[in-house]
Amino acid sequence: MKIAVCVNHVPDTATKVKIGSDGKSIDPAGVTYVVNPYDEFAIEEALKTKEQLGGEVVVISLGSDANKESIRKALAMGADSAVLLKDNNFRDSFAVGKALAAEIKNQGAEIVFFGKQSVDYDNSVTGQITAELLGYNCVTVVVDLKIDGEKVIAEREIEGGKEVVETSFPVIITAQKGLNEPRYASLKGIMAAKRKTIEEKDAEPADNFTEIIAMKKPAPKQPGKILGSDASAVPELIRLLREEAKVI
Amino acid sequence: MANKILAVLEQRDGKLKKVSFEVAKTAADIATELGATVEAVVLGNEIENLEKVGNYGVKKVFQLKNTDLQNYSTSAYTQTLSNFIDETGADIIFFGNTALGKDLAPHVAVKINAGLGMDCTHLEISGGEIIATRPVYAGKALVDIKLNGEKRVFTLRPNVFNPGEPSNESAEVEAKEIPEVNLSSKVIETKKSEGKLDVAEASIIVSGGRGMKGPEHFHLVEELADLLGAAVGASRAVVDAGWRPHSEQVGQTGKTVSPNLYIALGISGAIQHLAGMRSSKYIVAVNKDPDAPIFGVADYGITGDVFEVVPAMIEEIKKLKQG
Repeated sequence: MKIAVCVNHVPDTATKVKIGSDGKSIDPAGVTYVVNPYDEFAIEEALKTKEQLGGEVVVISLGSDANKESIRKALAMGADSAVLLKDNNFRDSFAVGKALAAEIKNQGAEIVFFGKQSVDYDNSVTGQITAELLGYNCVTVVVDLKIDGEKVIAEREIEGGKEVVETSFPVIITAQKGLNEPRYASLKGIMAAKRKTIEEKDAEPADNFTEIIAMKKPAPKQPGKILGSDASAVPELIRLLREEAKVI
Repeated sequence: MANKILAVLEQRDGKLKKVSFEVAKTAADIATELGATVEAVVLGNEIENLEKVGNYGVKKVFQLKNTDLQNYSTSAYTQTLSNFIDETGADIIFFGNTALGKDLAPHVAVKINAGLGMDCTHLEISGGEIIATRPVYAGKALVDIKLNGEKRVFTLRPNVFNPGEPSNESAEVEAKEIPEVNLSSKVIETKKSEGKLDVAEASIIVSGGRGMKGPEHFHLVEELADLLGAAVGASRAVVDAGWRPHSEQVGQTGKTVSPNLYIALGISGAIQHLAGMRSSKYIVAVNKDPDAPIFGVADYGITGDVFEVVPAMIEEIKKLKQG
C-alpha cells in the first residue's frame, strides 16, 4: 500500500516569538526550526502501518529548501522517499491543502498521516481540508489506530473522553500525542537518508482566502500581587478570588 | 446584499453545549452590527430546550433530524450541514472551536468554498468586514485576519465570548427530517472519562507541575479541583514523566486554554506552558521559587511550599462552602 506522511518544518516550541519587520510574521533570526512535534507521531504511525501492511512510505513537505532538514529526519526514521513541494510564500491552510492534495493524488497514497496541528499557525485544519479536497475519509486527533482488512478503526480525543470511529480507505489520519512513541533514527537510518534523493517540484499554485493584516504580541500582563510565602497567605488569596476577581 | 449569518450549535447527548450560547450570542451581535439576518442550526435527533437559544438573540433554530445524526459523524455532518448552508444561502458561519467544530468546520468550508478563520478570540467589524483576531504560536503572538471570498467560516474559542445575561425571548424551532446521511465514517463507541471535566471546557482549571514531586501527590490537585468544580490540568514535564495523561496537558503541545481561573501548583512556567494558559482571566501561582516565570503572568501568587499551601487552600474553601 502507498502510505504518505505530510511533514511541516516549524519553529521549535521553546522559541521566543519576535514580530518581523513586515508586521505580519515572526522574525526568523535566531529561531531553530524542527519537525512539527505532532508530525513525529504521524511519521511513526506511517512506518508502523508499512510494517503491518507492507508498501512504501513517501514524505511530502511544502515549503522552502529549509524543509529538507525535517524531510531528512523522516527519511532517517525509515521513510522510503520524499517530495518537496517548493513555495517560499505564505499559504493559508486551503492553499497548502490544494498543493498536498495534488501530490497525494499523484502518489496514489491510500492512507495519509498528518500531525493534528502545526505549532506555528495552530489552525488544526490542513488534514481535514486535504481530505475533503480529495474525497478521502478523515479522522482527526487520533490516539489509537487499528487497520483490520478494509476497516479503519481510529480513536479520537474529544472533550472528556474519546470517540471510536469506523471508516475505510482511502483515509487521512491526523495524529495526536499519545498515538505512539516516535522511534529514534538509527545511525544506519541517518546514513541511508543521506543517500536518498528528495524529489523537488514547484507546489501547485493556489489562492489564499486568508489575508493576514497584522501580527502582534499579546498585551503584557500587569504584574500580579505576591500575597505571601506560606500558608498564612491563603485566607487573603481566597478572599481576593471571591471579592476582587469574583471567580469562585 | 445583506449577509446571512448562521450559528452552528452543538449538542452532546441531546443537550446543547455551553459554547453554543456563546456562538449564538456572538452571531446575533455581529448580525446587528452588519445589518444581517441570523439563524441557528443544530444536528441531532433528540435535543432538549432548543428554544433557549432565543435567550441569546437568535430567534430561529433549525434542527436537522435523523437518528444517525445524534452522534457526530464527520461525513454525515459535513454533507448535511453543507447542503443546509447551500439551501439557505448563509454566507457567514460560526462554530465553536471544540473537538467537533475543529473537525467539522474545515470540511464544510471546503464544500461551500469558504475562507476559514479558526479559534478566534476577538471579532471586530471594520469597513463592513469582519476582522478576526486569533492566537498563533500557542498564544505567543496574535494575528488579525480578514477572509476573502464570498463565504466565511469562523470558529470561536470556548469561554472567551461572553454570552451575557439570558433574556426571556424564545426561539422558534423548526425540525427538518434528513432522509439519508452519509455514514462513510461513523462513531461506533464513545468512551467517557468518568465524571471528569476537560481542561478545554472548564471555567476553572487546577494544574500541577513537577513541584508536586510525584504522581502520588496529585490527590491534592484533584481534591482542590473537585471542591472548585474545576478540571485537572498538568504541565508537559509531568505528562512526559508519565504522572498524568496527555489529555490534561496545558501548553503548546497540549491544550491552549482560557478559563476564568487558572491555578498553577508547583509549575515553574516554561514558555510552552505560559503560551497555553496566559489568556486565562485570572491566574494564581503557588511555587517555592520566587523567580519562577509563572509569577510573571500570575495575578495572585504565593511563593511557598505547595504541600503547605494547597492543604490550607482546601481547608479554606471547605470552610467557605460550609459557611
